[in-house]
Amino acid sequence: MSRAFLAILRRDLALASRAGGGGELALVFFLTIVVLVPFALGPDLNLLSRIGPAILWLGALLSMLIGLDRLFQADEEDGSLDLIRASMLPLELAVLAKGLAHWLTTGLPLALAAPLLGLLVALPGEAMLPVAATLLVGTPALSFIGAAGAALTAGLRRGGLILPVLVAPLTVPVLIFGVSAANAALGGTIPFSTPFLILCALSLAAIVIGTLAAATALRQGE
Amino acid sequence: MTQFSFPKLAIEAGNLACRRGGRLIFEGLAFRLGTGEAIALTGRNGAGKSSLLAMLCGRLRPDAGTIRIDGAPEIAPIELSHVVGHRDGLKTALTAQENLAFAQALLGDVALSPAEALAVVGLPHVAALPVGYLSAGQRRRVALARLLVSRRPFWLLDEPMSALDLAAQDMLSGLMRAHLADGGAILAATHGPLGLDGARELRIGP
Repeated sequence: MSRAFLAILRRDLALASRAGGGGELALVFFLTIVVLVPFALGPDLNLLSRIGPAILWLGALLSMLIGLDRLFQADEEDGSLDLIRASMLPLELAVLAKGLAHWLTTGLPLALAAPLLGLLVALPGEAMLPVAATLLVGTPALSFIGAAGAALTAGLRRGGLILPVLVAPLTVPVLIFGVSAANAALGGTIPFSTPFLILCALSLAAIVIGTLAAATALRQGE
Repeated sequence: MTQFSFPKLAIEAGNLACRRGGRLIFEGLAFRLGTGEAIALTGRNGAGKSSLLAMLCGRLRPDAGTIRIDGAPEIAPIELSHVVGHRDGLKTALTAQENLAFAQALLGDVALSPAEALAVVGLPHVAALPVGYLSAGQRRRVALARLLVSRRPFWLLDEPMSALDLAAQDMLSGLMRAHLADGGAILAATHGPLGLDGARELRIGP
C-alpha cells in the first residue's frame, strides 16, 4: 500500500519536473506579482514594507491557484484516474499523495523564495524568516483546499475558470491568519505565536478535510 | 513457467440501466463473466459500450441495477481488473518504462517486469522514450503491456484492436487466449473479431 502511495508521489514529482509539467510556473507567477506591485505603488518604502507581507501572501495564494485545475483533470482525461481507482490504495491516500506532491512542487518553493522576494517589497531583515515560516505552514492548507476544488471540477471541460471562484472564498481564513502572523513578526501588540499556531491548525484541518472531500468528490463520478 | 491459475470469481451485473445527459442509453442489461470466459461486447456507435465499461470502472454510476463480484462482494470490480481503453492511462511526459513501473507499483500482484512486458508486446526499443513520441499503435501496445506487469483476473478492454497492425492483433489474441487459459476473464468492447473461439457475444441495443 505504501508502495502505491510512494509511486503516485514520485510520479507527480517527476511530472512536475518534466517539460510542460508546470512545476516552475507558480514560482514565475509569484515573482511576476511581487515585482509588479512596487512599480504600481511607487517608491514609498514605508508603505511597501508595511504591506509587504500581504503582497507576499496574496502572490503566493494566486500562484497556488495557477495550474491547480489540472491536479485531477489531467489524470481524469488520460485515464490515469482509472488506474488509481484500480489500485488497492484507498482513494483518500491517493489524494493525500497528490496533494503532498502539489505542495512540494508549488507551496514549498514559494515559501523558500519568499525571503528573496521580500527584498523587493522592502521587508525588514528580521521579518524575512517569520514571513517564510508563515508561508511554509500556511501553503499546505491552500494545496488541500485547492485539491477538494480540483476534484469537484475534474470532470468539467472548463474547470479552470470555476475553480478559483470555488476555492478562493475558502482560503480567506488562511490568508487572514497568515498575514496577521507575518505582521505580528514586524511588531505590534499581538505575539507572533498566536496567529501562527492558528495558521498551523488551519493547515492540519485542511489536510484532513480537503483529502476526505476530494476523495468523496472523485468517488461520486458522473 | 509454472502453471498459474486465478481464483474462481465472477463479475455479476444485473438489470443495469444507463442514462447519459437525461437520455436512456440502455436498460435491463444483465451478464455474468466468470473464470475462463470471454465476452465480446458489441453494438452500434453510441449504444453504451464504453459507458458500460465506465460503470465497471466505477467512473459512472448506473442509473439502476447492480454490479458486484460473486465470491467477494466487498471488493469493487475495478480492484480486480485491468482497464485499457481510449483513455490509455499513459503520461506523455514519462517514458514507457516509467509508465509501466508506475502501473505495476499501483496495481500490485507483480508478474512480468516492465522491460519483459515491453519485449512481449514487441517494443523493447522504446522503453526509454517518452510516450508522447510514440505512434498511436505503439501507445496502445504500451497500454496493453500493462496487462502483463501485474496479474489481475479481469481484463476490461475498450476497442483493444484499434490502431494495432495485423501482427500486433495476433499478438493480442495470443495474450488473451493465454489469459483465459490461466483462468482469467475478458470483457472487450469491439466491432471486429477478437480472435477468440469461445467468446460469447453480448449485444447492447438492436
